[in-house]
Amino acid sequence: MLRFVASRIARAALTISMVVTFAFIVLRMSGDPAQIIMGADAPPEAVDAFRTAWGLDEPIWVQYLSYFWAILQGDLGRSMRDGRDAIVLVTERIPATLALTLPALAIKIGLGIPAGIYAALHRNSLADRIVMVVAVAGFTVPSFVLGLLLVLLFAVQLGWLPSGGQESWRHAILPVVTLGLGGAAVLARFTRSAMLEVLGQPFIRTASAKGVPWRAVVVGHALPNAAIPTVTIIGFMVGSLIAGAVVVESVFSWPGVGRLLVVAVGNRDLAVVQCVLLLVAVTMVCSNLIVDLLYGLLDPRLRGAARKAA
Amino acid sequence: MPEAPLIAAAAVAPPKARRAPPPPLVIFGFGWLALMLAIAVLADLIAPYAYTALDLRNRLSPPVLLGGNWLHPLGTDELGRDVLSRLIYSIRTSLLIAFGATIIGAAVGTSLGFLAAHFRGLVEQAVLALVDFSASLPFLILALAVLAFFGNSLVLLVCLLGLHAWERYARIARGLALAAGAQGYAAAVRGLGASPWRIYGRHVLPNIASTLIVSMTLAFPEVILLESGLSFLGLGVQPPQTSLGSMVGYGREYLTRAPWILLAPAVTIVLTTLSVSLIGDWLRDRLDPTLR
Amino acid sequence: MRPGGVLLEAEGLVRRYGMRRGVFGRTVDVRAVDGVSLRLERGRTLGLVGESGCGKSTTGRLVLGMETPDGGSVSFDGRPMPSPGTSAWRVLRARMQMVFQDPLGALDRRLPIAAQVVEPLDIHGIGDRASRAARVEDLLRAVGLRPDQGARYPHELSGGQRQRAVLARALATDPALLVCDEPISALDVSIQAQVMNLLVDLQEQFGTAMLFVSHDLRAVRQVSHRVAVMYLGRIVEEGEPDGVLRDPAHPYSRALVSAIPHPGRGGQRIVLQGDPPNPADRPTGCAFHPRCPVATGLCAQEAPALKPRADGRLVACHVAHGEAVAGTGLPRREAA
Repeated sequence: MLRFVASRIARAALTISMVVTFAFIVLRMSGDPAQIIMGADAPPEAVDAFRTAWGLDEPIWVQYLSYFWAILQGDLGRSMRDGRDAIVLVTERIPATLALTLPALAIKIGLGIPAGIYAALHRNSLADRIVMVVAVAGFTVPSFVLGLLLVLLFAVQLGWLPSGGQESWRHAILPVVTLGLGGAAVLARFTRSAMLEVLGQPFIRTASAKGVPWRAVVVGHALPNAAIPTVTIIGFMVGSLIAGAVVVESVFSWPGVGRLLVVAVGNRDLAVVQCVLLLVAVTMVCSNLIVDLLYGLLDPRLRGAARKAA
Repeated sequence: MPEAPLIAAAAVAPPKARRAPPPPLVIFGFGWLALMLAIAVLADLIAPYAYTALDLRNRLSPPVLLGGNWLHPLGTDELGRDVLSRLIYSIRTSLLIAFGATIIGAAVGTSLGFLAAHFRGLVEQAVLALVDFSASLPFLILALAVLAFFGNSLVLLVCLLGLHAWERYARIARGLALAAGAQGYAAAVRGLGASPWRIYGRHVLPNIASTLIVSMTLAFPEVILLESGLSFLGLGVQPPQTSLGSMVGYGREYLTRAPWILLAPAVTIVLTTLSVSLIGDWLRDRLDPTLR
Repeated sequence: MRPGGVLLEAEGLVRRYGMRRGVFGRTVDVRAVDGVSLRLERGRTLGLVGESGCGKSTTGRLVLGMETPDGGSVSFDGRPMPSPGTSAWRVLRARMQMVFQDPLGALDRRLPIAAQVVEPLDIHGIGDRASRAARVEDLLRAVGLRPDQGARYPHELSGGQRQRAVLARALATDPALLVCDEPISALDVSIQAQVMNLLVDLQEQFGTAMLFVSHDLRAVRQVSHRVAVMYLGRIVEEGEPDGVLRDPAHPYSRALVSAIPHPGRGGQRIVLQGDPPNPADRPTGCAFHPRCPVATGLCAQEAPALKPRADGRLVACHVAHGEAVAGTGLPRREAA
């Protein structure tokens, strides 16, 4: 057990270091940050001074190693724009983002999973068709379109809710609904197909053939087995709690991490972008790790992979 | 062979099982997609104006249905540019990007999957590490970082979006190639002395093509959504080029005064992704029910 | 063709697989093949018999060079087997071929039969277009298919016809060695005899040496010049097929022979006791001793060597060689 957990953690660490390396390569390959920050017509002495101050005159691998080393020590650099610690800039936006993504996650799970299960259990019924049409629509309507349509309806036409900003809880309603509906549709579709797959398995037929009441078959056999693939997608949703609202935050001018990222990307603010990248990756890797470990508990087959000899 | 005469009596060509026609929604999907393709191909012929042409006397003119004039059937934006013409060219740009990116993704992913299946060992571990890597970053975040820092060329955008979903193809290609190589036809052909090119190119690829095509149909709408999302944020297709997403992003400024600027491309995005999704689901159920 | 010369020689082949046990347990080495030596002469057939999991199919793949042995060596035509995937190895494929248990799986369902039969000729650059087409027709006729059936797809043929197509493809380059891995066990009983007869005919016609892997002792006798019985990765008995069938020396062979249904010989079947063999949990001493009706104390301690009896039959059994007095079997282990 310890070995299994250790190997998963090692893999997670490897993935995160790949993300760090990737961020470094992409951001440094893209151009000279000093020239970008100072502007094209800045005097050469000023640019050189900037380079020295930010360590940009060192060989690239020295920059890389010191970058890596700094991250290990929890130092994620400073924003090149206003000189504040990038990690502070990013973390102070997290509560705002979570204020959208957590309620949205609740909507996704609370709406999507029951709808998916119901649709699967009543396959080809009217309810199933409706759920499927709504689910497909929810997947095909991009969040910015849905968000803007909601603004058009509830803010512009009806005037019930504000169209953007973060002054009160009422401002959060439209973005949360926008996020939640799309995710619920995806989850419903996924749960339905997972359930249908399980319901088609021989052991379900066996259980109901030997006289187990249908309700008990569903609760005792179908749901636990359908839970296994569903956990993956919920894990992904948990992993994107921090970064899952980039577009929606932009639509509703919500000052969260996603908005910060878009602005930082526009400004080429290296430290902030790297910090968000890393934060997102760590969240994602951690939730993937938890899902992996949960898998081990839920699915006995995955515990030992065996190669069979003929 | 006792059964030989029976088969010989039948036609040489396999009797095609009679297939039910696709459901109406899927037919609609095919129809819509055909319309979009036709518009994309014929954009230069059917667009009433150039997509940059200004008509300063008719700024923010509403569509015909909202009391506008026939000069600009879908209205104009704040510079008097014809929404219909811009929509036509946006469809062309968005479809071009989505097709290019989907094909790149399938090619890259399938090749890496085959490499992993063929060489196993270190190569396979490297590919799996890359899969882990792409699973650790939501694609939009990754794309945002890369695009903003490398600037916005159309080629880069297509290549970047091409990386979307590569790991799906890689997983499929690796899994199916391993399965075919363990006991099946690929092992048999290898035993004949065939080179890897022949094994994968002539045997494995045609055999898994239907699965790959279904995956491409399922990934295509995602690419359209990603491109329009990036363009909406102002980080995808750059002016004067126009795409469906950038039209929505642009039109957002005039949401209250001229919602038609935004609604026309938004409806187009939704109907196109919906059509391809419906076709993809239908193809999956028909060709490859194992794929989810 | 020089009949009688040694074509294939395998010496002490070992193949291990790693296998994880338990929930998060450590990997255990499983010896699927554990020191198998065999020798095959040109134009002759060696039958390899044993129950599933005994390593006979793995032996077949090792002998063909499809897998690299972890120990021991294979030499073909006096030269060592090149490692898999190298160009020397690929060239050698023209001289050694395999026939599979599942012909539908071994054929590419998207290509017509003729395109697959001609493929070895394409790969090895044998002949020009016209001569290849003629060769395909000849091959299809030789295996009992009509040339027009070459236009069919695998799913349009019956199981027996598919196996004939696989045979035609395997024989296309006129190989010196054919490894048949359970070639009839997926076929209907009525078709099995036809394919067996075909194999014998083809061997006469093409002079191909065969390694015939099967769990069916009777089928093996029908085609083989020699037969080797495998148990848990080792050969326990080897000899002339008639001799082994009439008078099996190893207790395991005896059980196999007695399992063949035989009219007018009721009540003599030896039903093996104990757990079926598990290569991950190899018993000490003679691997067969927990199931053996005549095992003695020695059998649990010391593995018997495969050595010739006075009449030339190779047997690996303490009792058969008189090194131990026949016992009445050992008490079964409690914890399974």
